[in-house]
Amino acid sequence: MSLALYRIDDRLIHGQVVVGWGQPLDCSFIVLVDDEVRGSDWEQDLYRMGVPPHIEVVFASVDEAAEKLTAWEADSRVGILLVGDIDTAAALAARSPQVKRLNVGGIHHRTGRTERLRFVYLTDDEAAKLRQLAGRGIEVTAQDVPSARAVPVGEFT
Amino acid sequence: MSDSRQNGSLLGVIVSHAAVAQALVAAVAAITGIEGALVPVSNEGCGTEALAERLRQAVGKGPAVLFVDLPGGSCLTSSARYAKQHADIAVVTGVNLAMLLDFVFHRDVPPADAARRAVEAGGKAIRVTAA
Repeated sequence: MSLALYRIDDRLIHGQVVVGWGQPLDCSFIVLVDDEVRGSDWEQDLYRMGVPPHIEVVFASVDEAAEKLTAWEADSRVGILLVGDIDTAAALAARSPQVKRLNVGGIHHRTGRTERLRFVYLTDDEAAKLRQLAGRGIEVTAQDVPSARAVPVGEFT
Repeated sequence: MSDSRQNGSLLGVIVSHAAVAQALVAAVAAITGIEGALVPVSNEGCGTEALAERLRQAVGKGPAVLFVDLPGGSCLTSSARYAKQHADIAVVTGVNLAMLLDFVFHRDVPPADAARRAVEAGGKAIRVTAA
């Protein structure tokens, strides 16, 4: 139970998360960790629209998430935690030892990034940050949907 | 981007996963013979910024209705953000062929009116047929 997936995905809440992972995991809550979204009612309404009513959506800043991770991990329901970028994941991992796994689910093309996998584009700096997280004992893999192979960090950074 | 807004008519932009949008545009053209009223946008391989750029190019200078496949997810979030930043843009979710067929014949109205009309036309097409 608890948080079944810690995912980095620049689209945050979208079909792959809600349906692709949410269905097989029987997910009951989604924690969206993003300081900007946390501060905007409009953004929160927008992300909530993509989620069926039986799934609870919790919006948290990085600080709030670090504080509440233990409680979420103790929740009897299954949850998914989402962050939009590597820096947010790293900030959360630095504040909480609860982060033991990171699923790279979608980081898309932007100037300066090169293709590592079909759904993962990284700058050299970002690749280094992922390797650092792995070096601290966090299991970092890339996998867009459950039916795909979880690609170990060494193969795409 | 070639479109047919010379007379102030609306452009319809279909925003979807994979090639759904492209297929809907082709289906509308096959059924009505009308071309240039609809433009497809796929989110394939797109992050938020890339999808916003595809939308910007597809819409050009408004007015337009954005027909989004699902009522949530990257297609919707990008479309809603775009509409928030631009006047003369309305967003409809749950796009289907029936609403598009109605839309292409009724494009001389404000975007919000066209969006409401699309919801009605699209909804009417969803039913269980008699056995």
